[in-house]
Amino acid sequence: MPEFKKPHALTDAPLHYCPGCTHGIIHRLVAEVIDEMGIEGQTVGVAPVGCSVMAYDYFACDMIEAAHGRAPAVATGVKRANPDTFVFTYQGDGDLAAIGTAEIVHAATRGENITVIFVNNTTYGMTGGQMAPTTLPGQVTQTTPYGRNTNVEGFPIRVCEMLSTLSGVALAERVTVVDPANIRKAKAAIRKGFEFQKNKQGFSIIEVLSTCPTNWGKSPVDAIDWLKENMMPYYPLGVYKEGAIR
Amino acid sequence: MMTETILAGFGGQGILFAGKMLAYFGLMDNKEVSWLPSYGPEMRGGTANCSVCISDDAVGSPLVTEPDVLIVMNGPSYDKFINDVKPGGIAIIDSTLIETKCTRDDIKCFYVPSTQMAEEQGLKGMANIILIGKLIKETGIASDEVIRKALEKIIPPAKAQLIDKNLKAISLGMEV
Amino acid sequence: MERKLMKGNEALAEAAIRAGCKCFFGYPITPQTEISAYMSKRMPKVGGVFLQAESEVSAINMVYGCASSGIRCMTSSSSPGVSLKSEGVSYIAGADLPCVIINVMRGGPGLGGIQPSQADYWQATKALGHGDFQLLVYAPSSVQEMADTVTKAFDLADKYRMPALILADGLLGQMMEPVAFEDVDISFGDGSDKEWAARGHNNERKHNISNSLYLKPDELEDRIVERFKRYDVIKANHTEAECYKTDDAELIITAYGSVARIAKAAVDAARAKGIKVGLFRPITLWPFPEKELKAACANAENVLCVEMSMGQMIEDVKLALECKKNVEFFGRTGGIVPKPSEILAKIVEMTQKGAE
Repeated sequence: MPEFKKPHALTDAPLHYCPGCTHGIIHRLVAEVIDEMGIEGQTVGVAPVGCSVMAYDYFACDMIEAAHGRAPAVATGVKRANPDTFVFTYQGDGDLAAIGTAEIVHAATRGENITVIFVNNTTYGMTGGQMAPTTLPGQVTQTTPYGRNTNVEGFPIRVCEMLSTLSGVALAERVTVVDPANIRKAKAAIRKGFEFQKNKQGFSIIEVLSTCPTNWGKSPVDAIDWLKENMMPYYPLGVYKEGAIR
Repeated sequence: MMTETILAGFGGQGILFAGKMLAYFGLMDNKEVSWLPSYGPEMRGGTANCSVCISDDAVGSPLVTEPDVLIVMNGPSYDKFINDVKPGGIAIIDSTLIETKCTRDDIKCFYVPSTQMAEEQGLKGMANIILIGKLIKETGIASDEVIRKALEKIIPPAKAQLIDKNLKAISLGMEV
Repeated sequence: MERKLMKGNEALAEAAIRAGCKCFFGYPITPQTEISAYMSKRMPKVGGVFLQAESEVSAINMVYGCASSGIRCMTSSSSPGVSLKSEGVSYIAGADLPCVIINVMRGGPGLGGIQPSQADYWQATKALGHGDFQLLVYAPSSVQEMADTVTKAFDLADKYRMPALILADGLLGQMMEPVAFEDVDISFGDGSDKEWAARGHNNERKHNISNSLYLKPDELEDRIVERFKRYDVIKANHTEAECYKTDDAELIITAYGSVARIAKAAVDAARAKGIKVGLFRPITLWPFPEKELKAACANAENVLCVEMSMGQMIEDVKLALECKKNVEFFGRTGGIVPKPSEILAKIVEMTQKGAE
């Protein structure tokens, strides 16, 4: 019987994430894929600014800490310097879809041969729960205390849908980690992304719908229910684009 | 010994190219040289000028403000630069395009209808080189050998037929 | 060595490749675009990488990623674009990474103009980004020096693990002069000689992290103090300056970059009038050649700082001279290049004042 243990691609550093946060699960999935593909020694990860800023301490592969939003550009520099390296970025919604919009769009349209793990929890978690580009209409955050008013703050960005229009994208898939079945699907999607990269077939992004119990003001279980009821209708799960560009 | 030249005219007259040719004469003669273009936001049209220094010693300021030699191919540039020419210096003027005659008596002016000559001789667009020919005649700045070596450097092998055209333009200028 | 006529921007690009710069990340902006154009032509032929980024911000962050891998890399821009890069420069300095950044200065602030300027001296030497750090700053003043300093910049950046900046201007970038390159076989390292590089640990060592985040103040302080110890070594060993006719000079002009060329012409003109003037030209702006300047000014009472700005380097000149000399200023700004005659007039004015 297989023993349940930490993947080799995660270090022994204790994670700092809040109780009920799904970052831990997503980290694990990425690490399991790295282990299963046997590529830890050839992988360079790029951490963002946001809750997962210290991902560089948690992943056991070589890591780079990027400035806010710049991870896709940093990853591009790594990949172009050494095209045989596996390169992934791990980014949140504020990092990727607000301050780093230019970087993600252009890395995608160049077909940059990297894998992006995009964690969407509709909020800026680290700074205390401000409105993110993915905050839902009507959603209360620290900077939308009356709920996101689309007349004032505009509308959320659907990243997978947007990027799937670009020719450089080999994989754009939205998954979630709310239950074991979905966690298995999420892992399969991440694996697919790394396989595309291995075969030099283009840019891959896996968007993971995630919870933020602390800033949503909910228990972990309630947060998962809220995600299912509110986020999944607005951000439907599924494959938005799949197919080698080269 | 240092010769400072300003070449000026409209964009498209080959002002910068003529300056480059001049700089290559210096280079092929083992002199120190500099070529400095004025540059603007527009890719085409507008005025163009460049400074070329050819010197036995290291070139100090590459920006020429009081030229020994002025080669000028349009009215606005003539008005702008003619009074800057050093006393004792020379001005070579495309008289097809510039009707004004210089009243300064402390410089030597040569009026060459180079644009018209180029048209008549089937050398359209090479009025600039005809003026370079005149410069060579008046200053002896380049020997035949240097001229050929410089042309071989600045004209890519794929366009080698242009070497003879340039030589023809230069000799036309020298005959004026 | 064969001398070729090249634009300063092109000579710099060629020299970078010969110095082993494998990757260049650029963005178009006047008056430095020739660097990108040259790289885009040449890099694919020598097995290097040219990539036009979507922004200056991305270009410098590509440099950050590439430098983290231990590969020699470079980006170039002009003033407004360099402001955009300042975020990335700070991160690169904070992560102790080597790279070379080019600023072919134009007039500012804002969009400013596109003609030559030296108005980014403060930015380059004091604060190209937030936080406690310095860049090595070289100020070439000829096309040959554009080529030579880029090689030095790469070597010292590697040696001291810090970003280096070449501070040029539109005049140097656009002008052509003869330049000669030493014969070298172009070869790019793979980063394996850099034990700190985050390039994949190959299951042979603990993971490397390229990072500027230290949440514990004592750790961050230690990092910074260690960095500044390296800076002290650089200050003691790597200042460079050129002295021209300074030995008997009663008035010393200080000028760097293209302006030093023009000042040299003014020195010659003043000497022809019998005025004992010399030129002191810093080649490194950081570290500033303080000792060299003091020595050059030993016999001079007057110092004239000439810049294409409203006066920025003059502060370092005064600091180096500890306010013991009379330091005056002449500058043109906004893209206007001072004429030798203007500098000469200021020299005459200063020496006459002294005689009265």
